[in-house]
Amino acid sequence: MTEAVAFYAFAAVAVVASLLVIAQRNPVYSVLLLIASFGALSGLYVLLEAPFVAVIQIIVYAGAIMVLFLFVVMLLNAPHEDTEYDERVHPLLRPGPMRFGASLALLLAGELWWALGRAGDSGRFPAGAVASVGAIGRSLFTDYAFAFEVTSILILVAMVGAVVLARRDPFDRSVVPQLEEEAQVASSFGAGGPAPPENRP
Amino acid sequence: MTPLLIAQIVLTLFVFVMLLNSAAIMVYVERKVAALLQQRLGPYLVGPKGLLQPLADVIKLMFKEELRPRAADPLLFALAPMISATAAFAAFAVVPFGGETTLLGLLREPLRLQVADVNVAILVIFAIASMGVYGIVLAGWSSNSKYSLLGGLRSSAQMISYELSYGMALAAVLLIGNSLSLTDIVHRQAGTWFGFIPRWFIFLQPFGFVVFLTAGIAETNRAPFDFPEAEQELVAGYHTEYSSMSFAMFFLAEYINMVTVSAVATDLFLGGWQGPFAETIGWVWFLVKVAALLFFYVWMRWTLPRYRYDQLMAFGWKVLLPVSVVNLLVTAAGVLYFGL
Repeated sequence: MTEAVAFYAFAAVAVVASLLVIAQRNPVYSVLLLIASFGALSGLYVLLEAPFVAVIQIIVYAGAIMVLFLFVVMLLNAPHEDTEYDERVHPLLRPGPMRFGASLALLLAGELWWALGRAGDSGRFPAGAVASVGAIGRSLFTDYAFAFEVTSILILVAMVGAVVLARRDPFDRSVVPQLEEEAQVASSFGAGGPAPPENRP
Repeated sequence: MTPLLIAQIVLTLFVFVMLLNSAAIMVYVERKVAALLQQRLGPYLVGPKGLLQPLADVIKLMFKEELRPRAADPLLFALAPMISATAAFAAFAVVPFGGETTLLGLLREPLRLQVADVNVAILVIFAIASMGVYGIVLAGWSSNSKYSLLGGLRSSAQMISYELSYGMALAAVLLIGNSLSLTDIVHRQAGTWFGFIPRWFIFLQPFGFVVFLTAGIAETNRAPFDFPEAEQELVAGYHTEYSSMSFAMFFLAEYINMVTVSAVATDLFLGGWQGPFAETIGWVWFLVKVAALLFFYVWMRWTLPRYRYDQLMAFGWKVLLPVSVVNLLVTAAGVLYFGL
């Protein structure tokens, strides 16, 4: 009983927050709602008796990744996504995005139908395999060792790529303290806050 | 309602109130120790030896006007201090601060001195700490002020950088303790080597302890790593625009985070409540160890000058992280070959 109530509560939060992420015009609010959605998912993992997965969900997604998202959104400082164009045509009503969205939605519906149809044969997944850290570690480094290593190489490639992209010409400015950089960021993006005051009532 | 459940609820409220009090005590201690180090008197007028000074501070803060910049984002501006304070309180929930007790025979079943016994306690603390970052980042952004934004950005950059070393230092202890539960880890530190050296993990993990404490100071934004609120550069950093009780919430969060980091370090490295007569007065040992670490915190703040920001980043990534990674590798090899 309690479990069912908790499940519906978490599920409702996850779905509503996810919908609001795309319905939101302010990117900072979108990021926050996505964090809420991740939090609700983590609650669902707890209900599935996988506390380790739940906590990792919070640390990795809601904690580390979303902080970087928020960081970027704050630096870009775009309080409203291209409003001038949107006022004439809502982005979701333009023909190109509409077709793309429709095909994605069809794909998702098909996947859901396929997955729900197979819900019966859950016997293949050993119960309790995700319950303890030891069990997760063992299956990760034995049965799924190849996938694990491939993923780590993928992340390494992404890291090298980020370093290459962010690298500055070494003769340009070698050891300029970060403070100066920060000040430039702040002055080039204005104060960086939510929205310019004149837009407010 | 069983007596155990009632005792559990009382314990939860007790921990909440004690955390509030610990912040007040820390304010007093901070001011007195600062005065001591700077050859001043410190607070001495309000109450005996100035003991009521924190209370006076709180009353002063309560009667201040609650200000909000016109251009601030109203919702997030109000939400940010709440996130900070909530995360600070929530993190302590999984920290055990004593063994089991029956409250001198009052209860039939023993009560664990811990609000919530979670078997992945350490990771939960880590997760909640990473949620606490949002309070500071959002405060910085929603204030719509240059100083606040820079404070928020610095804090997120700093916390992300130091969380890595923090996690690596934790992982090494987990390997030795062979568990993610803080209670189990403390139990593994019972007893002594050669009859006089206590089996604390600090002796197995000296580097881990130093890394943990350093990263912990950086995580809680304390001097010498208090960049998010560096007064000389950023007025007051992320809480420049905050006043009255919403400022007090940030203040509270900072002090409670200090207590939590010290409590976790005590459980992980200093044997938690282990000590002579741990059965009855274990919590006293725990308090003494936490108090020692908190004193160290204050001592550091008033002894060391603030780093420069690029030094902070270089130190985090080029010194602390390599040390903690090597420490983790050596620990893993040791556990594998000697089966500690």
